[in-house]
Amino acid sequence: MNSLLPYLITAGIVFTLGIFTIIYKKNAVGVLMGVELVLNSVNLNFIAFARFVDYQLNGQLISIFIIILAAAEAAIALAIILNIYRLKTTVDVTQVSEMKN
Amino acid sequence: MEMQEILFYAILAFTIFSAAIVAFANKIIYSAFALLFTFIGFAGLYVFLGADFLAVTQIIIYVGGILVLILFGILLTQKIYDLKALAAHNPLFLSLSGGLFVAIILAVILSKNPWFRLVDKALNPTTSAIGKAILTDYLLPFEIASVLLLGALIGAVYLARVEGKKK
Repeated sequence: MNSLLPYLITAGIVFTLGIFTIIYKKNAVGVLMGVELVLNSVNLNFIAFARFVDYQLNGQLISIFIIILAAAEAAIALAIILNIYRLKTTVDVTQVSEMKN
Repeated sequence: MEMQEILFYAILAFTIFSAAIVAFANKIIYSAFALLFTFIGFAGLYVFLGADFLAVTQIIIYVGGILVLILFGILLTQKIYDLKALAAHNPLFLSLSGGLFVAIILAVILSKNPWFRLVDKALNPTTSAIGKAILTDYLLPFEIASVLLLGALIGAVYLARVEGKKK
């Protein structure tokens, strides 16, 4: 609890699971969930290093900006997914291979 | 073992387990609800790291905002009765080897460095310090982030609107 290593191991496991989710899911919303897992694990790393190495707030501020970017990214990605669904009636990322219909 | 430590490892296990459910669940809606518990587990870990403001921000933005967006995305794009489309995945072996690749890299990095730091610094409230830092040292990224959010807002509305209403 008072050492850095459990946080780093947790962040590493969740990062790996996020990468696995991005590759494994065919549903575009599932891919988005994998991206959220990756961003969360990176956030945990930043905050753990801010507490155990930096002793200041820089890591926490960076993770605030990461949260802002994640929110913007989720909104844009879902708008794109809804548009794809309207055009093709599928959200399977393996079947959406052209940029212009 | 103290009570705090038991709670800490319980939260760790809870977070990793629900992240695994996100990765391996067959139905996308189960993944979404497991993602909810993953976000809450991360908020608990932030509390253990002394980041009180970030823990609350995590719950408000991720659970209250992003997760609701994801749930709406699922509900608006699923053919609920098409069971084959719900369970479609890429080949498991390829995905596992991709994940294993990342895991090996991370394990090598973790084992090569002496990262066993201990600290027993007192936990101070961080909200006022974060507010001061945002309005002094981090003012430029803060303003850029606000412009980015405005752009994302306009872009999302433009992308998601229904076209062809004019004719």
